[in-house]
Amino acid sequence: MGVKLLLEKAHVPGIRFFETYRKEGGYQAVEKALKQMDPAAIVEEVKKSGLRGRGGAGFPAGMKWSFIAKPEGVPRHLVCNADESEPGTFKDRYLMEFLPHLLIEGLIISSFALGSNDTYIYIRGEYAWIVDILEQAIDEAKANGFLGKNILGTGFDCNIYVQRGAGAYICGEETALIESLEGKRGNPRIKPPFPAIEGLWKRPTVVNNVETLAAVVPIINMGGDEYAKIGVGRSTGTKLISACGNINKPGVYEIDMTISVEEFIYSDEYCGGIANGKRLKACIPGGSSVPILPANLLLKTAKGETRLMNYESLSDGGFATGSMMGSGGFIVLDEDQCIVKNTYTLARFYRHESCGQCSPCREGTGWMEKILKNIDTGKGKMSDIDLLWDIQRKIEGNTICPLGDAAAWPVAAAIRHFRDEFEWHVNHPEDAQKRNYGLAHYADPIHVPA
Amino acid sequence: MSEQPLFKVTIDNITVEVPAGTTILNAARKIGGDVAPPAMCYYSKLEGSGGKCRTCLVEVSKGSEKDPRPMPKLVASCRTTVMDGMEVKNITSDRVIDARNGVVEFLLINHPLDCPVCDQAGECHLQDLSYEHGKAGTRYEFQRRTFKKHDLGDKIQLHMTRCILCYRCVFTADQLTGKREHGILDRGDHAEIATYIEKNLDNEFIGNVIDVCPVGALTDKTFRFKNRVWFLKPVDAHRDCKTCSGKVTLWNRGDEVYRVTARKDQWGEVEDWICNTCRFDKKQTSDWVIEGPRLIDRHSVIAQGHYAGTVGTHKPTETFEAVHAGRQPKLLMDIHSISEVNQPNITLSQLDRPAHSTDFNHNKD
Repeated sequence: MGVKLLLEKAHVPGIRFFETYRKEGGYQAVEKALKQMDPAAIVEEVKKSGLRGRGGAGFPAGMKWSFIAKPEGVPRHLVCNADESEPGTFKDRYLMEFLPHLLIEGLIISSFALGSNDTYIYIRGEYAWIVDILEQAIDEAKANGFLGKNILGTGFDCNIYVQRGAGAYICGEETALIESLEGKRGNPRIKPPFPAIEGLWKRPTVVNNVETLAAVVPIINMGGDEYAKIGVGRSTGTKLISACGNINKPGVYEIDMTISVEEFIYSDEYCGGIANGKRLKACIPGGSSVPILPANLLLKTAKGETRLMNYESLSDGGFATGSMMGSGGFIVLDEDQCIVKNTYTLARFYRHESCGQCSPCREGTGWMEKILKNIDTGKGKMSDIDLLWDIQRKIEGNTICPLGDAAAWPVAAAIRHFRDEFEWHVNHPEDAQKRNYGLAHYADPIHVPA
Repeated sequence: MSEQPLFKVTIDNITVEVPAGTTILNAARKIGGDVAPPAMCYYSKLEGSGGKCRTCLVEVSKGSEKDPRPMPKLVASCRTTVMDGMEVKNITSDRVIDARNGVVEFLLINHPLDCPVCDQAGECHLQDLSYEHGKAGTRYEFQRRTFKKHDLGDKIQLHMTRCILCYRCVFTADQLTGKREHGILDRGDHAEIATYIEKNLDNEFIGNVIDVCPVGALTDKTFRFKNRVWFLKPVDAHRDCKTCSGKVTLWNRGDEVYRVTARKDQWGEVEDWICNTCRFDKKQTSDWVIEGPRLIDRHSVIAQGHYAGTVGTHKPTETFEAVHAGRQPKLLMDIHSISEVNQPNITLSQLDRPAHSTDFNHNKD
């Protein structure tokens, strides 16, 4: 049984409400932080904890906080990124739905540390009912003196506002989120300047994921050093994984990043094995935009070591033989799944969600989708596979925001590891319409086209 | 002004000094020629433009004197400011050329390529760009994205099918006219420039969106299908205008004024914005004071037949020796070394008879 820091109390009846949450030890961290610590000490504590951003990129949160510019007389802002739209990721939804006060508590502490008096939660538009939950939690916190003016008599003012998005995936990118929050079209900004210098309304801004901000609460409660002891290496603390796909027990699990991928998939404590007694084919370990891994590379790294559920181990081997922790959307594919169809579905998603601002992503995502559709429906040509590879190569890294990369990686990884399946689709178009390719002959699929 | 620090930046091995805060693109334009990256969306006169088309990507091989680390990704030169000691590779980097070819291909896959019937042909930046970087064939085998033509008022036509979404017209309308009436609707490859419910664009300066459009998406309805730009003679002219500077370029054929545009500099950017009255209504030579021929020095097709400023002005400044750096001219074949005629083993003058071919053949056996 792993350590649980965030979801320990998630199933206490009535934990959604202030009374129960307070009774279960809630808001102690706020009292400790605001009364006994100064902002710099909190930032120091988060730095010591080694907490990494839980939104996908895994950038150290304490480091991000220390970058925020502090010009005289200019207000600073903290924005909570709750625009969780990555296919396969639903951990923030769970956290906000069951433990809204945990997020509010983390937000109060973080706002204090960053000096933000107006803090925003930018929430995905589809999470309409969670907006009500959060607003109720904010009202309760305000009524009990944890929000509003002069919190706990410390002279610190903080208000939290919830803003609904309008359903665009791109608004999860921090600068697009800021644009959208300002009331504009959600186009990512060109960086630099980074939000820490010029963010919301040209003021210094920090944008953090829901889970990152919630993790600040246990860090303050137990101390940064203690928190850093959980986990391995630079992957400290616990991580929420939203597991889905062909597994027996889909859901949100809190892991302490020391368990192996094999244990996570097959143990009864977590996913409980592949559904219907099927065999594992592949897995997308960190939300739809990270590279897909075939079963052999998922369970063991290219060096033959056991792959663990943490940032370093999942990205071991780079993109040639590894993947990424990403946002923790763990999508498992069994032997009946078609990689071509799966890649086509993802490409369709990214084509739909591309903001259309910069040309490689705008045009490239649509092109990839059309080619993949052709291959999937049996109209593909052998040259299409190389063409796909060339297109994704020309999108990756050449765009304003990471959406271009996110659209390119799944296609690249699918071709890299499952090229035989793509070729089978091209060579046997009639077969491909009737049955699935099944398990790949992945002997050592480390053929990487230049 | 003299206190402003100058930064040294090296672009394609050519060093130039520019004030702090200059973008790489503008530093490269200072050098000029091939070193300047192409720009489809950046417009120096429009605040916030640039960074979108990705044709101006360059490689920064050395960040600065203080922090010499190279930048891992290619950067948009129009939005990246120079640092002291920065080293940039544009046309000398294979990565850049490869990426730029990719961008050009992306820009062209949904472009209708209807140049033969497009009024912009000849002065189209996308045409220039594809001449320089494009391939002869396309790898795109699908139906191209199309839109209906829209009239934005009675003088401007919007042909979205040709649009490359550079956002220049949006910035122009936003910054020049105060009250913006059009923008981008939708997203991704189905995004379009549009007004709300076919609303007319109504502003004295809105005609400038035609000039900033790098392709033929926004065209002048008073000029549509009247003539090809390369048959017209551009002349600078001015008139007393109450609303704008009145400095324009007239495009004439014979005595007839076919169209009026703002004057554009060598990067295709407007020098002075002009008003709609000058642009659309003053089409008589008598309306204007002619200053002289306009030099068009950069564009591909439009420059055909207009050699003013090019022929005869560019005299070679370097001598042959300087170009060859002291090397002797290389002969394709040195006839002296292979013919025996000039190197006989006997001294011909000492013969007491006429020389015979046998005299030369003595080393045959």
